[in-house]
Amino acid sequence: MQGLFDRRKNPLGAWIGIALVAVALAVLPFALSGIGTAWVRITNLAILFVLLSLGLNIVVGFAGLLDLGYIAFYAVGAYVYALLASPHFNLHLPFWIILPLGAAVACLFGVLLGAPTLKLRGDYLAIVTLGFGEIIRIFLNNLSQPVNLTNGPQGITLIDPFRIGSFNFATRETIGGLDFTGPVKYYYLLVLLVIVIIGINLRLQNSRIGRAWEAIREDEVAARAMGINTRNMKLLAFAMGASFGGVSGGVFAATQGFISPESFVLVESIMVLSMVVLGGMGNVFGVILGALLLSFVPEVLRYTVEPVQRALFGRMLIEPEVIRMLLFGLALVLMMLYRPAGILPSALRKRELEAK
Amino acid sequence: MSAAGPSQGANDSPSGGSAAAELANEAASVGAHQRASPPLALLTAKGINKRFGGVHALSDVSFTINHGEIYGLIGPNGAGKTSLFNVLTGIYSADGGEFTFDGLPLAGLKPNDVAKRGIARTFQNIRLFANLSALENVMIGRHVRTHANVLGAILRDAKTLDEERAIERRAHELIEYVGVAKRANTLAKHLAYGDQRRLEIARALATEPKLLALDEPAAGMNATETASLRSLLGNIRRDGTTILLIEHDMKLVMSVCDRVLVLDYGKRIAEGTAADVQKDPKVIAAYLGGNVTLDLEGAA
Repeated sequence: MQGLFDRRKNPLGAWIGIALVAVALAVLPFALSGIGTAWVRITNLAILFVLLSLGLNIVVGFAGLLDLGYIAFYAVGAYVYALLASPHFNLHLPFWIILPLGAAVACLFGVLLGAPTLKLRGDYLAIVTLGFGEIIRIFLNNLSQPVNLTNGPQGITLIDPFRIGSFNFATRETIGGLDFTGPVKYYYLLVLLVIVIIGINLRLQNSRIGRAWEAIREDEVAARAMGINTRNMKLLAFAMGASFGGVSGGVFAATQGFISPESFVLVESIMVLSMVVLGGMGNVFGVILGALLLSFVPEVLRYTVEPVQRALFGRMLIEPEVIRMLLFGLALVLMMLYRPAGILPSALRKRELEAK
Repeated sequence: MSAAGPSQGANDSPSGGSAAAELANEAASVGAHQRASPPLALLTAKGINKRFGGVHALSDVSFTINHGEIYGLIGPNGAGKTSLFNVLTGIYSADGGEFTFDGLPLAGLKPNDVAKRGIARTFQNIRLFANLSALENVMIGRHVRTHANVLGAILRDAKTLDEERAIERRAHELIEYVGVAKRANTLAKHLAYGDQRRLEIARALATEPKLLALDEPAAGMNATETASLRSLLGNIRRDGTTILLIEHDMKLVMSVCDRVLVLDYGKRIAEGTAADVQKDPKVIAAYLGGNVTLDLEGAA
């Protein structure tokens, strides 16, 4: 997959590959609309999870810091957007101000989490980050009194969609004879965002900074002895990961139009972490694959489990939701047994280096 | 020197060219040192103490390492050699005493600051970045002498790209210098034991140290590997880097070290040329036991 995009070695092949992917990405929402608009929404959510996984990959995959509270940054980004672009405070700032602001606030929270946990690793760090994630959610749940900041468990409704001038991302429109529904417009925005973030990830990985993170992941004592300021580098990893989470949260709030603390529970953190681990920690393309698989497969199951059971047994024996979790657990167990480094482990990069 | 080093090796020719460039480059830096006529001492340790609970791991250890020498540090197991390394490189903080390195005190510096000041080390139980390639390991060593930040990494401006190329070039030179060039793209954990030891030295050299501290580099090596390590140490010294060497292989110590410090139970029991130390009755007693009186007050 990476060979196909290697511009140095095979420029023509690379451009043809990129062109093919671009065409596929451009056509995809219309093809999906054919099956049902729901699938465009599902795709958008899947891309959001790709964004989240790529952010978490910086913390877990590159720097090796096990973070079980990552969804908190998603929540921070989402609430920053929701509070500044909804009737709740009657603020309606444009998204190109709020998204960077959300990223910055999430980044701040990342440092807030990172600073006290600098000396922790592995299980201990996981427990603290898990607690952090829960603290954020509980705050969101309870900050409706004495001042109604977050509107508590009811969440925030009527969140503004993205608007650029008179162009509204939520409304249906016909441009050049093509029917653009709201989700289709958001789809293109998300694809653009995901391409930017993939680019940032790849460039960070193959840089002085990325190597320093990997050194910390491999051996912190040796990394420090080699002159790497592990404190700053770890904080940087937390901050970068968190700000990606913040951006994704903002987009989530805008696409959904409604958020509540319920969207940011621990299971979501675990889900994102599973995407990173399943796909291949530290490998950007592996992580993308993991996120897409874990987003789409459950949805496919949702639509197939019931009819299949009815066809086989004449009635439904097991709820789709139960089968989903069963298969999910089974997949993780099998992965850990047979491909502990993930579907696309990061050693792929090594082979790429050798081929050069 | 961070800019000068790589640019001198700009010719991408294999071994001969880059090794020569390396030499010229190191020689230039040595020359600079001599012109400035620095004091003879590179590192001075004064009354270093370190306790772990009731164990007095280091008591009142003092010594001086001069520019350009290979200084040996020997002693029986548990004598405090590695503790001394860890205090020197900032992994432990000393309970008393002070190191002066290149004219300035090292007190209270973190390991990464110590590395920045110019002391690089290897570890007794090899601590490479196991899941990264040999080349990447050495490239990480360049971290402390390079400057690219997040913005540079993301935008890949001309300066960052130049720096990145220089890092890679220098890493190739160093990996060649220690003789692991053929394995540049092998993961560190898949390297042969001797190659791992040498790679660790290359990684340490990448930080441009003034003092290279090696913790048992010959441990587990066979005779051939030790011989090639000996010549590598000779080359490193010749190219202008001072070496502090912990080693149990006495043949190696006696053949490469200019002076040797002997520790036993955290105390300095002897110092001198390899030949002198070998004959010292206290050293013999420490290594072989025996009833030579341990009049340690007299030794200091």
